[in-house]
Amino acid sequence: MSGHGTPGGYRQQSAETIRDRPQTRQSVLSGTDRANDHRDHAYADIDSDRWRDWGRDVKTHALTHLDRYLEEAERSLEASGVRVHWAETAADALTVLRGIVREHDVKSVVKAKSMLTEELGVNEHLERLAVHVRETDLGEYIVQLLGEPPSHIVAPVMHLSLDDCRRLFHERLGTPLDGDPETLVAAAREALREEFLAADLGISGGNFLVAETGTVALIENEGNIRLSTSLPRVYVAFVGIEKIVPRFEDLAGFIQLTTRAATGQAIGNYVSFIQGPRTDDEVDGPEEMHVVLVDNGRTGLLADDTAWEALRCVRCGACLNICPVYRQTGGHAYGWTYSGPIGAIIAPGLLGLEKSMPLPYASSLCGACADVCPVRIPIPELLVHWRERAVDAGLTSKVEGIGLAAFAAAAAHPTLYGAGAALLRLAPWQSAGRALPVLGGWMQERTAPEPSPKNFRALWRDGIE
Amino acid sequence: MRVSLFATCLGDQFFAEACADAVRLLRQLGVDVDVPKGQTCCGQPAYNAGRRADAVSMAQYTLGVLRDTDYVVLPSGSCAGMIRCFYPGLVGAEADAARALAARTFELSQFVVEVLGVARLGDGLRGRRIAYHHSCHALRELGVREAPVSLLAGCGAEVVEWKAAEECCGFGGLFSAKLPEVSAAMADHKLDTLPEIDLVTSTDGGCLLQLGGRAAKRRTGPPFRHLASVLWDGAREASRA
Repeated sequence: MSGHGTPGGYRQQSAETIRDRPQTRQSVLSGTDRANDHRDHAYADIDSDRWRDWGRDVKTHALTHLDRYLEEAERSLEASGVRVHWAETAADALTVLRGIVREHDVKSVVKAKSMLTEELGVNEHLERLAVHVRETDLGEYIVQLLGEPPSHIVAPVMHLSLDDCRRLFHERLGTPLDGDPETLVAAAREALREEFLAADLGISGGNFLVAETGTVALIENEGNIRLSTSLPRVYVAFVGIEKIVPRFEDLAGFIQLTTRAATGQAIGNYVSFIQGPRTDDEVDGPEEMHVVLVDNGRTGLLADDTAWEALRCVRCGACLNICPVYRQTGGHAYGWTYSGPIGAIIAPGLLGLEKSMPLPYASSLCGACADVCPVRIPIPELLVHWRERAVDAGLTSKVEGIGLAAFAAAAAHPTLYGAGAALLRLAPWQSAGRALPVLGGWMQERTAPEPSPKNFRALWRDGIE
Repeated sequence: MRVSLFATCLGDQFFAEACADAVRLLRQLGVDVDVPKGQTCCGQPAYNAGRRADAVSMAQYTLGVLRDTDYVVLPSGSCAGMIRCFYPGLVGAEADAARALAARTFELSQFVVEVLGVARLGDGLRGRRIAYHHSCHALRELGVREAPVSLLAGCGAEVVEWKAAEECCGFGGLFSAKLPEVSAAMADHKLDTLPEIDLVTSTDGGCLLQLGGRAAKRRTGPPFRHLASVLWDGAREASRA
């Protein structure tokens, strides 16, 4: 898996980001503010409730008939001359890639932006095979130069400021330290042009895969995906098995739903529908095309009666943008490819629950994510679901468990409860509280709450005027 | 009309005067208020922590405490949301009773506006500039957005626009103690974006403890006061007039 750290480091990583890198928090707050405004406007232009119901229903249908549609997709792809591979694990997907690299003696790769290839660790694998790999999406290019993973599903550099980019480009591409964004983009374009022309292999993900026609659909704004998928001789698309939609016409709805949720655009600047390698009467396109259908934990997630709904995700990033938890740190603190609310509910399926801790708890359960999800994934419910599984598996704090069990017992016994309430007023919380498990966490960042001088039941007993 | 007040555990211990103000307000609106004996906690802390068995026993207990009620009113959107949205799925064989309880359970301002049909309480808040913090569960589980704001405005207050008004304060129950740094940063974002105001109010005590506790730690910030008390401030002046 690509990315630094692990989910297990979340508390420390998030605390360090907030304490030591205030600029990261500022960049993420302002970047997500903009994204939220754009999405709100784009949703307001359409009957977004109806669109989102439709998106939920079509994705649910596809996922509940996944075997049928995957087989149909395989037949459609092969009929267009695409070589189809099935990868049960990340290692299987990388083995397929190694085979293609060896078969074509690949020296140089250009990549379109793809979170699945981040999940699989494609770049690291290619580097191990001594293949030069270049990210061609501007944001991905920047994080690649920095040696960082993307910090957001859609906007890889959500955590960076313009000044951060200016410094990087000054050092690496020789642009002026006060260069305007256009200057920086022009310099990146110049550097990437040669990479496109030299590459033997292009790699992309896939926003959608149409069962009916075997179409790989890709949405972008920069044109680099079109170049990455059509200039090199060989092209490989890695597609998660959950990206299936039944019919070609479904793309009309899903592309708009995705871009409205992601960036507030009615449609991406470029949308590519790729249906096989170059045919004899075409002038552009790869000579050979592969589609790698990747499971990597997805069928396990699908088998969970509650958690499967997370597989509807179209990777728009709207839940990250609206999430007040994500907004304080950006994505790196989460320690794996998919951050924010969606990351926390697919991590247990893709990484296993134990390795995902404490991400299901990295949420105040405010519910803002469910408000904006274009395919209506009930994210807070799924977070609670994974918390329940974590408690069942003994992965949560024992002290907290004992405390909550004691509280639950007291709550069913008014006398015991009253005794606890009295203790609340007698104990020296202000001085002793810091040493206690829960109150200590609270008092680290806040003044301890003062109980009311008399509790309400006492006021009621004495009579309320 | 008979209304049963469920003070909630947090309300009982930390916002006792606000609960008393809720009683005063409801009485002024012509309602008989009782406080069902034996009431404790709705079970939300256990539910949110993933401790379902504990949440089930607390839900069953509270369902029993609130069985013989006509209306249940809470000075909290979060605990009202717990009863309305999650009890029916927790209590198994008693789901019908839980659904019936859900249908008669309301957050205070929601009850005043939706059930009592009261739009104006008095004018005791004239000239006051107030920021209203929408607690997440009142807003998203109960759909309470207009009621508290319109009641405050109806008392003469200027409810000042606050870009972060609907953003989570970072309380989230145990979340605030498990991930205190992120939780505090969330509160900071709320506090940093506050407009010029006289006080901040909200229908949920948890949010007020979080925001007030963080403001106290930073040694700067406006007063924080529970919605029940602020509305009583607004209505009380009228009753005297």
